[in-house]
Amino acid sequence: MYPDDVKYTESHEWVRVADGLATIGITDYAQEELGDIVNVELPEPGTVVRAHEAFGSVDSVKAVSDLLSPVTGEVVEVNEDLEGSPELINQEPYGTGWLIIVRMDDTSELNELMDSEAYERFVEAE
Amino acid sequence: MKQRQEPLIFDLSREGRMGTTLPEVDVPEISIENALPEGGIRKDLPLPSVSELDVIRHFTHLSERQISVDSSFYPLGSCTMKYNPRVNERISRLPGFTSVHPLQPEETVQGALTLMYELERYLAEIAGMDAVSLQPVAGAQGELAGMMVVRAYHQSREDDARTTVLVPDSSHGTNPATAARVGFQIAKIPSNERGTVDIDALKGMLGPNIAGLMLTNPNTLGLFETDVVKICEMVHDAGALLYCDGANMNAILGKARPGDMCFDVMHFNLHKTFSTPHGGGGPGAGPIAVKDFLKPFLPVPVIEKDGNRYWLNYDKPQSIGRLHSFYGNFLVMVKAFAYIRMLGAEGMREVSENAVLNANYIMSKLKDIYPVPYDRYCMHEFVATAKEHKKRGVKALDIAKRLLDMGFHAPTVYFPLIVEEALMIEPTETESKETLDAFIQAMIEIDRESREDPDMVAHAPYNTPITRVDEVGAARKPKLTCFGE
Repeated sequence: MYPDDVKYTESHEWVRVADGLATIGITDYAQEELGDIVNVELPEPGTVVRAHEAFGSVDSVKAVSDLLSPVTGEVVEVNEDLEGSPELINQEPYGTGWLIIVRMDDTSELNELMDSEAYERFVEAE
Repeated sequence: MKQRQEPLIFDLSREGRMGTTLPEVDVPEISIENALPEGGIRKDLPLPSVSELDVIRHFTHLSERQISVDSSFYPLGSCTMKYNPRVNERISRLPGFTSVHPLQPEETVQGALTLMYELERYLAEIAGMDAVSLQPVAGAQGELAGMMVVRAYHQSREDDARTTVLVPDSSHGTNPATAARVGFQIAKIPSNERGTVDIDALKGMLGPNIAGLMLTNPNTLGLFETDVVKICEMVHDAGALLYCDGANMNAILGKARPGDMCFDVMHFNLHKTFSTPHGGGGPGAGPIAVKDFLKPFLPVPVIEKDGNRYWLNYDKPQSIGRLHSFYGNFLVMVKAFAYIRMLGAEGMREVSENAVLNANYIMSKLKDIYPVPYDRYCMHEFVATAKEHKKRGVKALDIAKRLLDMGFHAPTVYFPLIVEEALMIEPTETESKETLDAFIQAMIEIDRESREDPDMVAHAPYNTPITRVDEVGAARKPKLTCFGE
């Protein structure tokens, strides 16, 4: 339910790191709370995103929510499949529903994030 | 009883069928091709061919499936769907009001200007403010006007560093949207464990970059911001202005005034608090009220009075300008004027007393089964959570849908965002104890159903012409025409 190959934010994003690149998405809990997602606004590749700041938004039948970046860096890739199929976020939030890939400036920012156990406790306390 | 589906009026169309028979032409006929340039002639005009009786039945069927405050209890939180007394409608239809034209000379519309001037005075008195503009035609446009005034004030002082507006995390979505539209950055203030503004967090956020704070009081949880005077002092000490979202004025009429709480600028929703029709796209009215020092920035024209003569003043160099053609939605003002005059000061206070009493009555009867996360006396509305029901497979949305089966309009759901599975209930002052009890009974019944047959509740409604609308499909692939693809 809470994959342990990713790290988590308090605002329910996840980040998976490989070779200095951070893939970012929203958690299963977040997609469940948002309900059916109908649109996603994401930055262009080349945009610089900052930790704790909004890099885009998701639009569900309930609400529009900001997406907060867990890390600082440059966007190198955006999930273009989401434009036509935003439901991928509902279906596979940790897989095909990923949002953006960022080249991290400062990997120490990852230390602030939660592991799967801490996130599980965090969600239960919500 | 399940209502049958009503076809589109286009599907009722039969070639050659007509609702009227036109008289014989008694002038020479000319060909349209000779009278109009080619580009000005439509080749097709797909209007339905139907009889008068087809039209009457079609629209009568549609009107019968309406859930409105005229047919049922309408506890739509944050919207104040109170009953609009018919007398206001009758007054607004008097020919003296309906027959005036906005381009008539001032001397010939002194009555209309008198009414507008006096309505401004009443609203200023109710708000504890100094000046009012009736021009904005919706709550959101009132917010826009108010925040443009805030921006104009800072600009007039060449205080250009104030680029950020603060909003509580419980605020109406229009507040950050308005501030962003006016060009401000947005920063969110967290709520404390009492459901009100976290003063310490606010302290840390105030500074020379803050243009203002937008606050709703009572807030969207239906809770009175008891620290409002302290908040005001802090905001003013930081050189920022305090904006009051007046959407919840129904809770405090004649009891507490935003001006006395030190707010600098606010908007009203005449279509909520002052009982003018609401929903269906308006027309609404969102007047703004300001303190004296913001008066130069109000939209033009401003209604002025010299002796017994009223006139429209366009010569206001610091004004934010016009927001609407002419003077706003005049007939809405007439209805609000009639409502205020009919109730008087004592009646206004009773409105708020009953609105608050009704909300607390429902809350106290329901909170054991629909817990209230901030368990205090509420004002005119309260927010409960269906968190426990969700564990049984019944979401707030499903409860709202099931209420339709029981003959009630649904409450607001999933707002404010800080309450999980939120159900926001606002009964208003116009409902009898019997109606409130019937609603309470329905909510108790749905709670029982959610334990015994959650799957049934999760697929409600059953008695409506359409069960669940495809909200996702409508948002992702909206079909905006009835003429095929």
